[in-house]
Amino acid sequence: MKSACLILLVSLLFLTACAGSSGQPSSPTQASAYIQNKGSDTMVNLALAWAERYQVEHPDVSLSVTGGGSGTGIAALVNGTVDIANASRAMKSEEKQQAEANGIPPVEFTVARDAIAVIVNPENPVRQLTLQQISDIYSGRFNNWSEVGGDDRPIVRLSRETNSGTHVYFLETVLRLGDKTNPTLFSTDTLLLPSSEGIINEVRQNPNAIGYDGLGYVPRDLMNSVIAVARDASGPYVIPSISTVNDNSYPVARDLYMYTAGEPAGAIKDYLNWILSPEAQAIVADLGFVPIKP
Amino acid sequence: MDKSLNWRETILTAVVKTCGYSAVVFVILIFFFLLREGIPALAEVKLGDLLAARWYPIENHFGILPLITGSLIVTVGAMLIAIPFGIGTAVFLSEIAPRWMREILKPLVELLGGLPSVVLGFLGIQVLSPFLRVFLDLPTGLTALAGALLLGGIAVPTTVSIAEDALDAVPKSYREGALALGATKWQTIWRVTLPAARSGVLTALMLGIGRTIGETMAVMMVTGNAPVLAVKLTSIFSPVRTMTATIAAEMGEVANGSTHYHVLFFIGLVLFLISLAVNITASSVVFKSRKRAERVLS
Repeated sequence: MKSACLILLVSLLFLTACAGSSGQPSSPTQASAYIQNKGSDTMVNLALAWAERYQVEHPDVSLSVTGGGSGTGIAALVNGTVDIANASRAMKSEEKQQAEANGIPPVEFTVARDAIAVIVNPENPVRQLTLQQISDIYSGRFNNWSEVGGDDRPIVRLSRETNSGTHVYFLETVLRLGDKTNPTLFSTDTLLLPSSEGIINEVRQNPNAIGYDGLGYVPRDLMNSVIAVARDASGPYVIPSISTVNDNSYPVARDLYMYTAGEPAGAIKDYLNWILSPEAQAIVADLGFVPIKP
Repeated sequence: MDKSLNWRETILTAVVKTCGYSAVVFVILIFFFLLREGIPALAEVKLGDLLAARWYPIENHFGILPLITGSLIVTVGAMLIAIPFGIGTAVFLSEIAPRWMREILKPLVELLGGLPSVVLGFLGIQVLSPFLRVFLDLPTGLTALAGALLLGGIAVPTTVSIAEDALDAVPKSYREGALALGATKWQTIWRVTLPAARSGVLTALMLGIGRTIGETMAVMMVTGNAPVLAVKLTSIFSPVRTMTATIAAEMGEVANGSTHYHVLFFIGLVLFLISLAVNITASSVVFKSRKRAERVLS
């Protein structure tokens, strides 16, 4: 009896070992190319939509898309572990130097444009702010909504985490007003939430909250409480949309990038060319981003 | 027959010894790995900067003091909840509840302990933090208090399980002796049974603290992750950033070998040393030599 059990156990182990080898992905023989795409959480839905459509039209190419933040994608490109890095901010010069030191010269492609919408709770009467006012709110100079024309409520600031390109872009463009020598930082009690969904959730149910995120991530019920932003107190207060981003009247708009390791060739080059084509740019508009001007 | 028995003896002894030593070896290896990756942080960042009050790694502000206070305030808050509830439940289950109630309640408590912490975190965002914001009139519900409540809830089942087993293991003769001397039930529990089960209860609390200080997902979702220096008593009502959430949120973006990478490992080292300190303190109490009277009675 005992020896029978032993034989059964050993034969089961052999069977699982055999099953393991035949369960290997057959992509090396079927797909002629495997492209890895990693980085910006802002761009992850867009990259996924592109990947799905491209794989339907080109079944021989296999694409994998992951998020993790622009910082994560760029770090992976610098370490040589990814083919295409998605980034919602430009690579910093230190990152470019490190990539070149690793023998990976990064090549930048602008694949779409995005507006950063500043949102408040629907109960909040404030509907327009200048860049300087938003900077003062987020740096901690203003702590009460009454200082910008709202109710007597404390301001709760929401932000993305530091690995997010959106965070870095907001720091450079809004808090520091585009001035590289400005040392302003986010106030220490800014809540750094790990996802866009967390920000939307808190803004939706907390009347004290102010948050920012890509235009494509603002849900329908918060579209009416998007803040109109002016470059200064005299300028026009502009609501973010495709047209105001394309004519540069909305001051908080940015390019979305894809970086490759060196000049792209073969399947990666075909994919990038497809992304810059009208068909892929139509997907950009569907998802709430701004297509690049042809 | 004798020879095969000896063979089996030696092999089994060797296997059991390896298992036992491997536990120690793994911990030592982890410690050395943390040292190797974390100590360069001391060389790259001045100690004064490491102990500064501003944590903003993308601009080279590496002050870990807010992170340490964040973890400590959430842990202390959680233990303030877990200790009375945990020990109270354990005492109820082992001393006061009738047998049939115990058979139902104990598996239920252990079921609560099996709940994944990310599910509790989700409940925290959706239910607990709006409730706290409205009930306590706070600017936001994403605070250290929300984290402490959730972690208390996570630590209680662990504490109850082990403390209840420890209380159960106290020999009946102790209780009977106390009752025979005229003690009330509460006096027996408080002055005889609990002190006798002291080592087991302390182990339970130790495990609770260890679980709490290492908890990542739930705190990352409900404490707001704001690197505020939490030293005032009112800091429990403000958002905080724990060491664990920092490592989880930022490890993905660091370039291998950069200063940020080393500082994150240094934070891991600090966490490890805090857990070590808690364990050493607890075991020094647990392994104190028993009084002669205890040895004689048991």
